[in-house]
Amino acid sequence: MNNLGTIEKKASLWTLFGAFCKIGAFTIGGGYAMIPLMEKEIVDRRGWLDKETFLDVLALSQAMPGIFAVNMASNIGYRLRGVLGSVAAVLGNILLPIAIIILWATCFRYLQGNPIFEAVFKGLRPAVVALIAAPVFTMAKTAKLSWGNIWIPIVAALLIWLLRVSPILIIIAAGIGGYLYGRYLERKEGAA
Amino acid sequence: MIFWKLFYTFLRIGIFNFGGGYAMIALIQNEVVTRNGWMTMQEFVDMVAVSQMTPGPIGINVATYAGYTAVLHAGYSAPMAMIGSCIASFSVILLPVVAMILVTRFLMKMQDNPAVQTMLKILRITFIGLIAAAAILLMNVESFGSPTQDTTQFILSIVIFLAVFVAAFRYKVSPILLLVLSGVAGYIIYGLILPA
Repeated sequence: MNNLGTIEKKASLWTLFGAFCKIGAFTIGGGYAMIPLMEKEIVDRRGWLDKETFLDVLALSQAMPGIFAVNMASNIGYRLRGVLGSVAAVLGNILLPIAIIILWATCFRYLQGNPIFEAVFKGLRPAVVALIAAPVFTMAKTAKLSWGNIWIPIVAALLIWLLRVSPILIIIAAGIGGYLYGRYLERKEGAA
Repeated sequence: MIFWKLFYTFLRIGIFNFGGGYAMIALIQNEVVTRNGWMTMQEFVDMVAVSQMTPGPIGINVATYAGYTAVLHAGYSAPMAMIGSCIASFSVILLPVVAMILVTRFLMKMQDNPAVQTMLKILRITFIGLIAAAAILLMNVESFGSPTQDTTQFILSIVIFLAVFVAAFRYKVSPILLLVLSGVAGYIIYGLILPA
């Protein structure tokens, strides 16, 4: 177990499930909002992982496909209690959010057409579009886009927007292209 | 059959998402609205608003919601729609969780491979374009109002858009706070001032 990082205390499946239930229920606003609460619960309060291992888990969860918060839960659960631990942590993390959305979806149908509800959503819609547009620029800044690679997101966006190319095809192309570039071209450039 | 299609669609969305919550929104938009027509663009925007304001990962919330609406639109009852919700949210995490377990177990070193590093870096850059396309596709009459028919709503929408964009990008204001404020603004403008 040592290669999976230091585990200071034993966790039962039930407490694992409970801890992730709490994390899932109390974070509004998406995966990254969960990081501080997760760290407090997993590292500080329960002592299940040390800080360094927690950061490793974080990096791996970002690198892997899927949903960031679920990846974190899956990895931490697996480190503590194997496959069952992974399942317990993931279920804990998503059950309550799923229940709340189903409840919302059920009520939503009856609220549609209500004038107050419509008024609120007329205000919300442009805000949602702005909230999707903002991370484009935030991510472009953190990714340190240069003249050498800025064409990649631009071409991707144009292909999806104007030619309706499936994003999944673009991801596959970028993945293969990126791997081949890293394997055969990048190192040579670095050596030259 | 709708349930099988949901399962397969969300399985793909899950395993191909390398770009976080907003990238997931972009992928779901393409699969659910553009390709399958399971909901309209406006329903999609409303759904994203709700998903951001309820607890839990946005990807899970959007998947749960999309599963529900897809089944309902296919003509099934509400209890069947709940099953659709569960199928969508479980299939979206199925492959990533399996992959995570395998990677934690066998392939921890793969992360340090330079070619894999470059691949992930390029994937992350590509996802910026994906999210940009999602935002552009949402800049439509359903979200902003028609510039010719509801000019007032259109102008007010642009104002809300710019205010939220600047607050989120420049001042890092929390999305939840921004959505609550925009909802209140919508209520005051369209519920109280304009109908009178």
